[in-house]
Amino acid sequence: MPDRPLFLERASFRRRRLGDAARVLPVIAVLSVLVPVWWMPREVSFASGAVWLFCLWAAMILAVWLLHRALLRAEAATLRAEAEVADAAGVARATQEERSERNGDAL
Amino acid sequence: MPFETLVAGCLAYVVLMFGVAFAADRAAARGRVRWLDHPLIYTLSLSVYCSAWTFYGAVGYASRSGLEFATIYLGPTVVFAGAWWGLRRLVRVARMHHVTSIADLISARFGKSNPLAALITLIAVIAATPYIALQLQSVRLSFEVFATDDAPDAALNGVAGGTGLWVAAGLALFTILFGTRNLAADERHHGVVTAIALEALVKLLAFLALGIFVVWGLADGPADMLARIARATDDPVIAEGWLLKPDRWTALILVAAAAVVTLPRMFQVMVVEAADEDRLHVAGWAFPAYLFAMSLFVLPIAVMGRELLPADANPDLFVLTLPAASGQNLLAFLVFLGGFSAATSMVVVCAIALATMISNHWIVPFWLGLRRRPAGEDTEDLRGFVLNARRLAILAVVGAGWVYHEASGGAAALAAMGLVAFTGMAQVLPVMLGGLMWRGANRQGAYAGFGIGFALWMLLIFLPSVGIGKVPELPQGVDPLAFSIFVALTLNTVAFITVSIFGLPDPVERLQGLSFVSAVEPIRHSRMMRGDDRAEPLLAMTRRVWGADAALRFFQAEAAAQGKSGYLPDMTPNFLTRLERRLAGSIGAATAHAMIDRVAGGVALTVSDLLEVADEAQRAKEETQRLENATSELARTATQLREANDKLTALSVQKDAFLGQISHELRTPMTSVRAFSEILMTPDLSEEERARFAGIIHAEAGRLTRLLDDLLDLSVLESGGTQLQLGVANLHDLIDRALDAASATRPERVFTIDRDLPSEHVAVITDADRLLQVLINVVSNARKYCDAARPVLGIRVRRLHPGGAQIDIFDNGAGIEAGRQALIFEKFARLNDPSRAGGAGLGLAICREIMAVLGGDIAYLPGQGGAAFRITLPARPPGGTLRGTLPGQE
Repeated sequence: MPDRPLFLERASFRRRRLGDAARVLPVIAVLSVLVPVWWMPREVSFASGAVWLFCLWAAMILAVWLLHRALLRAEAATLRAEAEVADAAGVARATQEERSERNGDAL
Repeated sequence: MPFETLVAGCLAYVVLMFGVAFAADRAAARGRVRWLDHPLIYTLSLSVYCSAWTFYGAVGYASRSGLEFATIYLGPTVVFAGAWWGLRRLVRVARMHHVTSIADLISARFGKSNPLAALITLIAVIAATPYIALQLQSVRLSFEVFATDDAPDAALNGVAGGTGLWVAAGLALFTILFGTRNLAADERHHGVVTAIALEALVKLLAFLALGIFVVWGLADGPADMLARIARATDDPVIAEGWLLKPDRWTALILVAAAAVVTLPRMFQVMVVEAADEDRLHVAGWAFPAYLFAMSLFVLPIAVMGRELLPADANPDLFVLTLPAASGQNLLAFLVFLGGFSAATSMVVVCAIALATMISNHWIVPFWLGLRRRPAGEDTEDLRGFVLNARRLAILAVVGAGWVYHEASGGAAALAAMGLVAFTGMAQVLPVMLGGLMWRGANRQGAYAGFGIGFALWMLLIFLPSVGIGKVPELPQGVDPLAFSIFVALTLNTVAFITVSIFGLPDPVERLQGLSFVSAVEPIRHSRMMRGDDRAEPLLAMTRRVWGADAALRFFQAEAAAQGKSGYLPDMTPNFLTRLERRLAGSIGAATAHAMIDRVAGGVALTVSDLLEVADEAQRAKEETQRLENATSELARTATQLREANDKLTALSVQKDAFLGQISHELRTPMTSVRAFSEILMTPDLSEEERARFAGIIHAEAGRLTRLLDDLLDLSVLESGGTQLQLGVANLHDLIDRALDAASATRPERVFTIDRDLPSEHVAVITDADRLLQVLINVVSNARKYCDAARPVLGIRVRRLHPGGAQIDIFDNGAGIEAGRQALIFEKFARLNDPSRAGGAGLGLAICREIMAVLGGDIAYLPGQGGAAFRITLPARPPGGTLRGTLPGQE
């Protein structure tokens, strides 16, 4: 019983942290695109620059994809956990009622 | 490839597009929008960002400036990396307000101001016209590649030269057909979007096919390609051009990032055509992936074109001339279709977006202003007028593009137009971001920021690009474009923020600001209504915009929501706000606001109204709180009711059991009475036997009577109808009488009586007869059931404080086993064999009822070495009065 609310905490906590990551991601993206060009334009302008740019780009897309997938799952997990907690609360209430009924019979 | 085949293939492709758009519109009309709403279709439609300028121009750009071409794609990638919290919010807010265009968004945010929207429309039109010309030119140039290759005669050249006109006419037709079908409350064009998604696929496939052909067909794979790129950049001229300039790099990424949300066509597909914000989950990574795929092969194509094609070949057309020169006619045709798709999709969406803006912010307000009549007297069909205005605007936009194309003529002048359009629309970004994130942003600030940005853009970027004026001399090493972009955007932002800080927004604006920044439904404000007689004029006005059916449907639904039948809902603020927002979806926020105000006769919102709104919000919050409390209260009541119901059910079961037991108890003596009286009727009985049987009958009848007496007694006690005969009684006397009376029970048994006489003299106010009944009952029970060989009956009386007394009566028998102690006070709860007890089992039940009436209690005391009962008496019964003072007393 007591680990159920813990589960909800974990799910919503994870979703919030993923949301933070979604806010930071564009900042990281823009820095990783701008800084090398300001820092060493000659190295990133030609053939090696093309390799750098397209690898970085692919990594960014992958990161966004993974993040969005994780966010969607986290949202689904949060909803599920909430539903489970609601169920658990329902069960607890039911058992309590049952118990009080039995007590009532005994009296 | 023969030119005729090209034209025929091209026409077939156009017919396919018309067919797809038509089919999608039909499917949408039948309500089959599930696959039309698929996130992939949405993502593909976003690729309208890749116009012919990027399709053809990227390679030319890359061959001149190397990796810098990628800035145009990197900006959107960064923006879409923030899709989860940034774009989703933009789409949610825009859908909430039924925004029809970027100009409408800004106008709605800043107090539904039409002049602001008209100004943004102006910059959009100025920026887009050369851009559209660029698309027409790219189609003409791509035709010419084939025309000069295969049919150099004048006639075909003439056709090719006129392609601009033909293409413009075809595009205008397509746009008018599928872009102005209806004036729905949500401006969505399924046909156009689906056709554009298909064109996006064609673009991508064409470009990927060409790239794969170049890297693996012309070169020897990626490694060889990289070596070729490295070799090409050994040339100092190329190396100089390819060297990335950090200021340009930053400025262009910034501008591209701004353009992807502010360009009218991007806003149209990304925000207006989106069903909800959820499709950005897929588009967030899929659209950057599309851009990645579109740019992956740009550098290889540019380098290979330089290597293989003559030095005077136009790099902007490498994508066409490279496969054509290698004899890959089919590939060249595919690429041609890709470029054609890019150009046409851009023109179509751009025309729809601009036409919406022009009609909603220029033509309709102007028309309504011109024909200002008393409210309710306008009868003309506004819907037809708005649609015609849009058709006219589409013709004007595409026509202006064509005229510009014909007038400018030169290719070089147009090539820069893509960036010019981007930088122009980027001037909207500070106002838009500020409007969405800062409640303090106001209309004056928006005018100031946007006005300065617009002016600087005209001076520094647009006019120099068309050859009028030029950028002032800059120090060595500073890029003019980057400088202009930074100056215009910085001053724009500074002016916007400064004026906003010192300005004071009007109330409507503050309401809208709250709604936009917090992404919540706008709060309803209570307009002063002229009365409910305005419902009909409002319906008439709405009919003029949407047509009769749609208007009646909306009004009926609203009336039904208010619980009314018919078509005329009450003029609640709620209804007016909803109607205004739905109308805004067709004609823009500012016009809808003005029209509703005119017909419904609202008065201007004041600051005190705003405060009232705040009060209302507070009240609504309190109301919610109250409702929540009421809900939990209800839940509690429900629990109580359930408990009561359970108790009642249990009582009903008890009652049935009681009836069953009573019947049984009555039947036993009755049976013996009947049996013995039958025997008495037989003639040959001795007198002795007769007497014995009569005796039995008499005893059984006595038992019946006692039972009935007990039952009557119990029922009187339980119903609370007992009249107490209150008086002062000495417990000692009562105990004496009880012992005397009980000695008749099993007189053969001799009990040792254990009493403490001095302590028994306690006076209580009670009903002495009733209390005596209880005492007799308990003492008789002891006499009946005590099974000790030398029975002892003990009685102890204790005075209680502050008043009352306790009587303990105990014996030295076996007592009552623990499990059954709770049962002994129930009716018919006889523990042992009934024949032995001879009672009906009602005695203790009656005692309990009597004690309850007397305000006291009788309880079994466990662990006293035998059966023990404790009778507790109060100083006086509750509510009771002394004998003689009760009304109705004998």
